[in-house]
Amino acid sequence: VFDHECNKTVDVREIGTIIRSLGCCPSEGELHDMLAEVEEEEPTGYIRLEKFLPMMTKVLMERRYRPIPEDVLLRAFEVLDANKCGHLTKEELVKYMTEEGEPFTQEEMEEMLSAAVDPETNTVRYRDYITMMVVDEN
Amino acid sequence: EGCGYLGSIKAAILIQRWYRCYMARLEMRRQYALSIFQSIEYAEEQAQLQLSSFFTFMLDHFTHLNETDTGKDKKKFNMKIPRTIEVPDSYHGPRLSFPLTVADTNSLLHAFKDQQHLHARYVLQLLHETKKLLKQMPNIIHLSTSYSKEITICGDLHGKLDDLLLIFYKNGLPSEENPYLFNGDFVDRGENSIEILIILFAFLLVYPNHLHLNRGNHEDHIMNLRYGFTKEVMKKYRSHSKKILNLLQDVYSWLPLATVIDSKVLIVHGGISDTTDLDFLNLFKRNKHMCLLHDGVNSGPLLEAQYLESNVRMPSVPSELTAKEWKQVVDILWSDPKNQNGCTPNKVRGGGCYFGPDVTARLLKRYNLKMLIRSHECKQEGYEISHDGQVITIFSASNYYEDGSNRGAYLKLNPDLIPRFVQYQVSKCTRKQTLHQRYIEWSALKSLREKLYSRRSELIAAFRQYDPNYTGRISATEWASAVESVLHLDLPWRTLRSRLVQLAPDGSVEYLSCFNDLEIEPVQPALVETLYRYRTDLEIIFNIIDKDHSGLISIEEFRQTWKLFNSHLKIDIDDESIDNLARSIDFNKDGSIDFNEFLEAFHVKEGTAW
Repeated sequence: VFDHECNKTVDVREIGTIIRSLGCCPSEGELHDMLAEVEEEEPTGYIRLEKFLPMMTKVLMERRYRPIPEDVLLRAFEVLDANKCGHLTKEELVKYMTEEGEPFTQEEMEEMLSAAVDPETNTVRYRDYITMMVVDEN
Repeated sequence: EGCGYLGSIKAAILIQRWYRCYMARLEMRRQYALSIFQSIEYAEEQAQLQLSSFFTFMLDHFTHLNETDTGKDKKKFNMKIPRTIEVPDSYHGPRLSFPLTVADTNSLLHAFKDQQHLHARYVLQLLHETKKLLKQMPNIIHLSTSYSKEITICGDLHGKLDDLLLIFYKNGLPSEENPYLFNGDFVDRGENSIEILIILFAFLLVYPNHLHLNRGNHEDHIMNLRYGFTKEVMKKYRSHSKKILNLLQDVYSWLPLATVIDSKVLIVHGGISDTTDLDFLNLFKRNKHMCLLHDGVNSGPLLEAQYLESNVRMPSVPSELTAKEWKQVVDILWSDPKNQNGCTPNKVRGGGCYFGPDVTARLLKRYNLKMLIRSHECKQEGYEISHDGQVITIFSASNYYEDGSNRGAYLKLNPDLIPRFVQYQVSKCTRKQTLHQRYIEWSALKSLREKLYSRRSELIAAFRQYDPNYTGRISATEWASAVESVLHLDLPWRTLRSRLVQLAPDGSVEYLSCFNDLEIEPVQPALVETLYRYRTDLEIIFNIIDKDHSGLISIEEFRQTWKLFNSHLKIDIDDESIDNLARSIDFNKDGSIDFNEFLEAFHVKEGTAW
């Protein structure tokens, strides 16, 4: 899908998308490490299939970076929901996502908000949000 | 996990991790959905080219058979100004008065926003005046940005009136202070192709030095037959449609082929090739080129067939163009850029080339140009910059494949020749992004499944090659090769496999399952499959035969046309099957077939699985 030049290489910027669509769920930091393994000594901007394949096979065989189950995700939201009221305000979500952990870019934040925020209450009802996203995947 | 600050950081990382994975998978699905649409579109264009001589024959032959006017009369008619068509008092649409003024363009815009139609008499007058004006223009127009601040350049519109209106809303109407260039493909696919042409031609007549048009590959009557414009005109204009379509062919042939701005920026619809010769293009007589798909150079064997009591021969109709002229024009209207160096024939589309950055660089250097602006390909963001900034693709039909599939864009070029892009998207609904994406993907996969179904027999034969023991299963790799060998769509089959077919627990493919969810009323399975595959072509032929647009053709005509079609495509359906089919379609036994009912019989009904 990503080999636009049909020469068994892909743009390095698409590696994250590729790895994730193979079912792995690494963090940005873990992704960075994987990338370091497959890049050329002199970075060309492209990743070759022959370098990528062994690394990826190993990752898949070892079942590393498994996707996050729904209940774990739910608990993560609950941790952020200090008042335990079943929802986060838009501002709270933005604060956590853009200031903590591996911060979102503005674009990522806007995209998440567009689907996550309930326009009537202007809050993130995270239980509903998770359910909707999971259904969409399947 | 648990309490306090550390807990919330970990929670945040988890959510971010999950979200990025989710978005990546969505991105992957978006990419392949788009590539499915694109490859099917281009494969159909290729099929179109193969049938072009057959359709032309049908057109010419039917004009001869069913009407008393010969070729000579046709020419005479086109010369006359159509004053003879009466406009009834009951007509409340816009009434144009020539020469056109801004009042006319305003009333047209107003009327079309209200979904009114322009009366045939004014359409014909408009086309007539447009042709007169275009005839005075050279093949390649030279423009200068010195007077105005910026010129706005738009790409493919494909009959999408909402996009044109949105552009005018955002960017202002064309005028002396606000010049525009429209880079081809105004028609086909969308529902308002004729309205777009009317608006563009009207503005052209009012502001001939500030509204510019380049010809696209869809400004061609054979393309219009397949991609919907002919049908639109026939539906909206009934008995006048033939006159309009004939005059339109002339107008198409007089459209300029290219534009150059400030002697630095070349604008063509498709692209270039390594043999593109701008001096040559500027000099030859462009209106000889009545139909671009008419490959006069390819003279295949003559086909003889019995047709309604006469023996007719199907020649490859000779074009008046030389081989060189034909290639030069097809190259600029059909070519696509590619990332690797070199220039190879564009096999996917069936015409033009794939040109690499080296070809671009050489051409720009040779003619002392700075960049090439072209359209022709749908781009997710409405535009794309390639060949190190030397090639810009601009595409102005948003939601081209499907509601939400892509944005449209236009570009503004100032006297420094630095482009500025403006993007937009017409949207009829406010579905959330994720649900939107799901719909687009579903739609692409549905098209793909229909394609699979239409080649069922060949596919099953290919699968059986890998499964001599009839276990019903083959490996994923074998499945992918078999499908590609039949369909030639160059899609990522392995990635798509889980969406198209059932998988056994060990990962192997149950290859018959991709035909399961589609139900078609069976008449005779092999015949059904063939009819299904060619239903677009049949519809085109039907529309050609159905002169009075009544929706009915005689059984005899249907039978004979089908036989002709058969022999041209070398399909193996025996006469008896055709006769049985014809009889079964004529439900009321009056000797005529309602083609719409006939097509309904082959409408694919999806199973509930999706």
